[in-house]
Amino acid sequence: MNKKRKLGRGVAVVGAGMSQFDMFDDRDSKDLFTEAFSSMLASVDKGLDPRDIDALYLGNFTNDFFVNQSHWSAIISDAIGLVPRPATRTEGACASSALAFREGVFAIASGFYDMVLVGGVEDMSKRSTAEVAEGLALAAVPYERKAGFTFPGVFGAIATAYFDKYGAGREDLMNVTIKSHNNAPLNPKAQFQTTIRDIMDGKIARAQSKGDALPQWTDERDFLADPQANPSIAWPIHLFDCCPISDGGACMLLVGEEIARNFTDDPLYVVGLGQGSGRGLHAADDLTYFEATRAAAQEAYGMADLGPEDIQCCEVHDCFSIAELIHIEDLGFFKAGQGYKAVAEGMTRLDGAKPINTSGGLKCKGHPVGATGVAQLIEIWEQLRHQAGDRQVPNSNLRIGAAHNVGGTGGTSTFTILERR
Amino acid sequence: MAERPISDHWFEEFLKEEKIMGSRCTACKTLFVPPRSVCSKCYSAEMQWEEIASKGRLAAFTCIAIGPSFMTEEGYDRKNPYCTGVVELTEQTRVVARIEGVDTQDPASIKVGMPLSAKFLHRDSGDKPKTFLAFEPQITENE
Repeated sequence: MNKKRKLGRGVAVVGAGMSQFDMFDDRDSKDLFTEAFSSMLASVDKGLDPRDIDALYLGNFTNDFFVNQSHWSAIISDAIGLVPRPATRTEGACASSALAFREGVFAIASGFYDMVLVGGVEDMSKRSTAEVAEGLALAAVPYERKAGFTFPGVFGAIATAYFDKYGAGREDLMNVTIKSHNNAPLNPKAQFQTTIRDIMDGKIARAQSKGDALPQWTDERDFLADPQANPSIAWPIHLFDCCPISDGGACMLLVGEEIARNFTDDPLYVVGLGQGSGRGLHAADDLTYFEATRAAAQEAYGMADLGPEDIQCCEVHDCFSIAELIHIEDLGFFKAGQGYKAVAEGMTRLDGAKPINTSGGLKCKGHPVGATGVAQLIEIWEQLRHQAGDRQVPNSNLRIGAAHNVGGTGGTSTFTILERR
Repeated sequence: MAERPISDHWFEEFLKEEKIMGSRCTACKTLFVPPRSVCSKCYSAEMQWEEIASKGRLAAFTCIAIGPSFMTEEGYDRKNPYCTGVVELTEQTRVVARIEGVDTQDPASIKVGMPLSAKFLHRDSGDKPKTFLAFEPQITENE
C-alpha cells in the first residue's frame, strides 16, 4: 500500500471530447459516444489520423439491464471506425470510465501501445426513475439491498452519521447544491444550466401566469427547505441533493509522452494515479469517510510527490451533496469534519481557494454513470489548458488538477492527477 | 446445533429461527456479522458460529420515500416512507437492518445513538418464506 508507484513510460493526454449531457428520447449511447469522439478529434491541436489509434478502453455500467445489450465496447469500436482494433469494456459501477482511463495509461506505460482511446458511455433515460434506482442499486452491497437501502438511502445514512459526529445539518448540504448550481450555467455541456435562483424565479413566474398564490421563499435555502419544492427522497437526502438521470459519452486520447508534442504543444501529463476498494456500511472503518478514497488519494499523491495543497482545482464524485463533503475531506483538502465549514465559507466556489466541481458536478453537469470518470477529467483538461470559458478558474498559473470518481457506495474509488508543464 | 457451513445462506436461515449469528475467528478472535468463512483480519479459515445478543444502538439511518419494488409491495411510498439503518451492536460490530417503530413522518425524532433491540420480520411470499432482520426502539422494562 505504501509502495511508491511509477509508470514505466510517461503518458500524456492530447485530446478530449464529450457529448452534450442530457436525457435524450431519440439518441442512444452509440450516438452520444460518436459525438464525443468527433469532439475529441476536433480538440487535437495538430490533428490526428484515427487509424493510428491502437486500442479502445470503454467504461460502461448499466447497458446490460437498462438497454438489454451487453458487449458494448465492440459495438462502439465499430461505430467510430476502429474495427479491427481491440476494444475492451471496463466495469466499476459509476467509476467505470476512470478504470478505462487507468487501463489505457497502463497499456501505454507498458510500451505495448502508443496511442489509446479511453472513454465511457451510458444510456439511462429510457427507463422509469424507479427502474433506474433499482438498477443502480445493483452496485450496492447485497446486505444493504436486502435491508431496503437504495443509493440515496446509503448516502442518507452516511449524512446522519456525519451530522451526528460533526454537528453539520441539512443547510450544509444545501450549500453544496447552491454552489454547484452557480457553476452550472457557465457549462454549455451541462444537463442543468440553471442556478437555484433561476429555478425559483421560473416557479414564481409559472404560479403568476396560472393565477396561483405566489411562493414566499426568502432565499435559496428557504426554497430548498420547502418540502413541496424539494421533497425528501431518502431523508435527509432530498431531490436537490441528488444528481440526475443522464445520457452521455466522453473520451480522451492518451499517447506515450515522447510523442505527445506531435499532437499538441499543450499536452497534459498523468502524474498521479490511485485506486482503492471499500466495504459496506456494516464493515466500514467509519461511516463518515470512504477508506477507498483515502487509499486512492494516498497512492496518487505518493506517485506524484504532491499533496492536497498542490491541487488547484478538482472534480469530486458528488452523486449526492453529502458525498462532496465526505470527499473533500478524504482527499485531504480539508480536515475531517471541517469540509462543511469550508463550503459555507465559499472556499470551494469557482473563485474560492479550492475550486471544487467547476463543471457543476454530477449534480448539474449530469451523471451518465459510465461516462462520468472521463468527463470529470475533461473538465480538468479544459481548466488546465484555460479553455473553460466563463467558468475558467481565475488563476493564471494553473498547473495541477485532479479528478475523483466513485463506484457504488464507496466500493471503488479513483483519484487521478494531471499536470500541465 | 448441527454444523452448518458459514455462509450468507445459513445466516438467513438462522434469522428464520430468530437468531442473529455471526462468526468468530478462533485464531485472532475477531467477530464478523454477517459471518465470514475466512477471517479478513488474519486470513484464518478456523471460524465458529456465535450468537449475537440482539441489542445495539442506532449508528445511522435514512427514511426512504422511493424504495425498491419489494418494499413498495409492502405498501411503502412517498407518503409512507420506511426507515432503514446501521446498528452498532453490543458486541462492537455493525449490521444494516430495517428500523421499525419509529416515526418516519418526523425523521428529526429519530436519533443516532438511540438504544434498539432486534425484531424478526417473517414474510411469506408464496412458497419461499423469508425473514428480514429489523431493530426497534428498546422498551425500557419496569421492574
